[in-house]
Amino acid sequence: MSGRHPLFMPLIFVGGLIFGFGLGFSHMARPEVVLDFLQFTDFGLLFVMFGAAIVTGIAFTVMPMVTDRAPLTGRTYGRRLKSFDRNVLIGGAVFGVGWGLSGICPGAAYASLGIGNVTILWAIAGMFAGAYLQGVWRSRAAASESAPARAD
Amino acid sequence: MFAELIPLSLADQLFPHGIERYAVGGLLVGLGAVVIYLGTGIHAGASTFLESTLSYVSDQSRFQQYRASRDWRVVFTIGIILGAAVYAVLWQGEAWTTDVQPWRLLVGGLFVGIGTRIGKGCTSGHGVCGVGSASKTSIAGVMTFLLVAIVTAQLVQAVGVTP
Repeated sequence: MSGRHPLFMPLIFVGGLIFGFGLGFSHMARPEVVLDFLQFTDFGLLFVMFGAAIVTGIAFTVMPMVTDRAPLTGRTYGRRLKSFDRNVLIGGAVFGVGWGLSGICPGAAYASLGIGNVTILWAIAGMFAGAYLQGVWRSRAAASESAPARAD
Repeated sequence: MFAELIPLSLADQLFPHGIERYAVGGLLVGLGAVVIYLGTGIHAGASTFLESTLSYVSDQSRFQQYRASRDWRVVFTIGIILGAAVYAVLWQGEAWTTDVQPWRLLVGGLFVGIGTRIGKGCTSGHGVCGVGSASKTSIAGVMTFLLVAIVTAQLVQAVGVTP
């Protein structure tokens, strides 16, 4: 993109590096450790999720007070607020089945590749297939909603 | 003396590998998201990469909304992979491979891929950025997937699937 700040991509990359290093260090890139948490034999995952959320929580609270806009994009600083509807619960439940079965979530799966876990490609292939299926359904639903004549 | 031993053994039970790796790792995960937020105002989640990357190869209308962000999401994901690789080189020493069976990874991944996109986020989008935002939607999302995942993992264990 021509309008982007030259430091935009390098900063995203550095953020990703720290994020991925943290996922490796916390052992979240190992499905076994996530499954240990879900099966109540090691509760360490709680420290990862809440530790991370506290750090972001401080930044998301403080930055809007300090200044209005981010230097590299001009975007307004704010919180991550998504609208609530049934999909949050349905999608969350489907996600939970997958997470509980495999011990894998998207960020941790990418990081898992980084720690040499080539077997994780099965999970990544599954995630792309799932996202594609979901995209096809949602594309069709959007098309039929905007069509003037509906069968029902 | 006895009173000191009880909480210690309880801590050993709850956290058999200690808490340092989890706490330090979690703070770094948050820091990575914050670095991006400070510069760009973007709340980076890991799961949108799945859909945005599909827009390179698919014409489905659903994916086209992510065209503007798909390039930086690829960069973010490459960063995550390489960041974990740096950890692997400095601490882990050698490549580590999971024993979880491929069918569990594939089928689990399929559900994760569908669920995260319908549910508007994953463990990083809802769990880290959303909870950090004190978003009620994200807290509801996290509670839902946490509860369902616990039930699923316990059932899988109960029917004897290992690893």
